[in-house]
Amino acid sequence: MAFTLYCLLQTAILCTNAVAVLHEERFLSKFGFGVDQGVAGFGDDPGVKAQILTLIRSVRTVMRVPLIIFNSACIVLLLLFG
Amino acid sequence: MDYTPTQSGSRQRKLQPNMRLRRSSVDGLEGSQLFEDTSRAARGLQTGNQQAGPQAAGLSSQSILSDPMSNLAMAYGSSLASQGREMVDKNLDRFIPISKMKYYFAVDTVYVGKKLGLLVFPYMHENWEVSYQKDTPVAPRFDVNAPDLYIPAMGFITYVLVAGLALGTQNRFSPELLGVQASSALVWLIMEVLAVLLSLYLVTVNTDLTTIDLLAFSGYKYVGMIVGVVAGLLFGRPAYYLSLLWCCAAIFVFMIRTLRLKLLSEAAAEGRLVRGTRNQLRMYLTMSIAAAQPIFMYWLTYHLIR
Repeated sequence: MAFTLYCLLQTAILCTNAVAVLHEERFLSKFGFGVDQGVAGFGDDPGVKAQILTLIRSVRTVMRVPLIIFNSACIVLLLLFG
Repeated sequence: MDYTPTQSGSRQRKLQPNMRLRRSSVDGLEGSQLFEDTSRAARGLQTGNQQAGPQAAGLSSQSILSDPMSNLAMAYGSSLASQGREMVDKNLDRFIPISKMKYYFAVDTVYVGKKLGLLVFPYMHENWEVSYQKDTPVAPRFDVNAPDLYIPAMGFITYVLVAGLALGTQNRFSPELLGVQASSALVWLIMEVLAVLLSLYLVTVNTDLTTIDLLAFSGYKYVGMIVGVVAGLLFGRPAYYLSLLWCCAAIFVFMIRTLRLKLLSEAAAEGRLVRGTRNQLRMYLTMSIAAAQPIFMYWLTYHLIR
């Protein structure tokens, strides 16, 4: 399987985009993510599910703007160079 | 401008500017009187700064060094070079922590020998703890258990070369394949390190394993892969399978014994049975990291032995 670094970059962009477009109402609230449900407990053991939710939330918050920039750059480059 | 009527000089006057540059450096290597200083100046400038190089070499190839213009150009070029180097160092240190990396390359021959032996035969080694010195880990030179980046780096390069060799013996070699093998293995390595980082985050393990440590541990499997492929090249497929099996078992035990001390809680690391989902998760995590190594070892080498 011939993977290249470009392939890795594409995968990273696609995965980050996927996490960024998850819909809150339809999908994430079923997993306890919703706006009204806070992540309870600063206890010692957050658990895997809480960690995943924290991760998704932080990726969505942090990567929104850079993703816009990066996606626009990718669109322009793909239009120009195919 | 100095039109000294030597053979090289007349040749030089007829050539185009870019040809003149190439010709001057070639003639300088011959050591003829006119171009000896030129080649030194051109080489010195080119090692310093690529921008001022062609310009100053073009200038100084027309004149002897006492010309003020070429002096000025050389001084400008060398100051540009030192500025550029400062800027590169400062910015590079921001992205790749060079001082931290130096720790991982502080190895010597004895350490490398012992570590390679440990990677192939970890069953007799008893004390797997990394020794510390006032809260900082001791350099790998003084402690066999400390992770280093020398063996993984050398192992990676050797793996690419051995893969090229293996493909060459089967008449499947072409120079692009070296690059394909290298980038493929690198991508798998990066993905493995990212997966391990992600799972470490999800299981909330409080550990002092840094990313570079994980890179080092993931890079240790190249040693086993090289041993397997070389045995397969020398003695055929059965030898490949046998040596790969041995190296897989060895790296599995090595990883478990090393990671046990870093990932598991103190009680579990000592071998006492500790209940609780968290400890179970940690144990599964250690097992899966260790089990991923043989899988990758087989995946990255099976296509090399036909």
